[in-house]
Amino acid sequence: MSGWIDSILQGIMLGALYALFAAGLSLVFGVMRMVNVAHGDLIVLSAFLAMWLQRLMGFSSTFLTLILLVPLMFAVGYLLQRTILNPALGEDILRPVLITFGLSVIIQNGLLQAFSADSQKLHGGRVEVASIALPAGLAVGTLPLLTLVVSTALIGLLQWVLYRTKLGRALRATSDDLSTAGLMGVNTPHLFAMATGIAMVTVAVAGVFTGIRASFDAVSGPDWLIFAFEAVIIGGLGSLWGTLAGGMILAMAQTTGARFSPSWQMLAGHLVFLAILILWPQGLFPRRTE
Amino acid sequence: MSLLTVSGLNAYYGDFQALFEIDFEANAGEAIAVIGANGAGKSTFLNTIAGNVKSQGNAVRFDGEAICGLRPWQIVRRGIALVPEGRRLFSSLTVEENLLMGAYAKKNGAWPLAQIYELFPQLKLKCKQPSLSLSGGEQQMVAIGRALISNPRLLMCDELSLGLAPMVIHDIYETLAAIKDLGVTLIIVEQNVRQALAFADRVYCFQEGRVSLEGRARALKQEQVSRAYFGLDGAA
Repeated sequence: MSGWIDSILQGIMLGALYALFAAGLSLVFGVMRMVNVAHGDLIVLSAFLAMWLQRLMGFSSTFLTLILLVPLMFAVGYLLQRTILNPALGEDILRPVLITFGLSVIIQNGLLQAFSADSQKLHGGRVEVASIALPAGLAVGTLPLLTLVVSTALIGLLQWVLYRTKLGRALRATSDDLSTAGLMGVNTPHLFAMATGIAMVTVAVAGVFTGIRASFDAVSGPDWLIFAFEAVIIGGLGSLWGTLAGGMILAMAQTTGARFSPSWQMLAGHLVFLAILILWPQGLFPRRTE
Repeated sequence: MSLLTVSGLNAYYGDFQALFEIDFEANAGEAIAVIGANGAGKSTFLNTIAGNVKSQGNAVRFDGEAICGLRPWQIVRRGIALVPEGRRLFSSLTVEENLLMGAYAKKNGAWPLAQIYELFPQLKLKCKQPSLSLSGGEQQMVAIGRALISNPRLLMCDELSLGLAPMVIHDIYETLAAIKDLGVTLIIVEQNVRQALAFADRVYCFQEGRVSLEGRARALKQEQVSRAYFGLDGAA
């Protein structure tokens, strides 16, 4: 029995990480109807950059690299949107898909060139192996728990920005009606770049936490992208708390599936995703429609 | 004093030319109506001034400066606001959030919300509601309030009375008169010619992308207007 509870607990904590993968994807899609196929590769890029920054600056813990990585990735996102992605936006939603697909190929090959095909892992220090004992013989790792806290806090912060600030109001208004937002004085190319910049902040955090949790290499991105897509779709488009729940449902399916057999881990996740897609095509928590 | 001067304005949608050599002038404090049949280019004209449709050269001058080629978000900062056709409220935003979007561009000099609620008392009671839960007339008030809150010197309204009941239209035009009394220059596009002639100081009639008639609203004869509107010689 405690084994099952353990699987569910692990699922909740892993799901928070998936939700973090998905939050940026969801934000960008919500504001500019753009699917960023390179999202997973950008998470991998963040992990490699964290590794490089740690060596370069001699940080004792990889977590400290976030001080530099977060503003760096924000800038990368802002410039990427302003220079390459904005011109691709328009009636045709396929154009940004193709361009980000190309970007994905470029990032993967660039990382292969720069860091080789070796599998890497980030070092989080003692927190990686520490755990907290719970009643009934259960224990949770400090790192997964920290991931849960940080992801939830970051999603809460995003939610706060979207619903309580002037920037968030402009993001929602632009999502509703691009040209009318322009009439209100919203500089839409700048706003889009801000949205991608914010998404890259979640990518930076996701990259560091994922890199500490699991090993990664230059072509890990697409695997992570799948989890992000699945979390968004399970949760329902346009709802960040739904995305958090979606990530957790996906991860719980994986961790409980793994109890039957290790080969069931990924399969169980995908099967639950498919079942939800068939039963609730809008996702479990779609944004209320007027 | 001329606030908006348009001379020889051409506008295109791709290869299709929608406006031909438009000359137009709005003096500070005036209320001007633009009338014309469907497809005459009235909405295109407003959208060109607002920057949604591109124009070139010095064809549009606002307060002495050329504003051709500026983007919509730059033009609204100069003091021109548009109430778009069909209201175009932000559907996922509340009434109050919609109004606040109008003040987005202005760091200083925007109207306080209280002043908008003074003009449209109904809206205050419903300020937290989703914008599309309101009646058509109330939605139109939100659209006007949203444009007005940016404290424009020129307010352009596209088809305000579309789909609204006569009583509601009456109220909206009373409010417009109050806005005009505050010194705001108005350009309204209106399908209802009688309404337009009763409200405006001056009228421009558009026909197939050209100005077919211009004059003081009181001085125009019905026959003149009909001819300019329909383009038929001798039509009543």
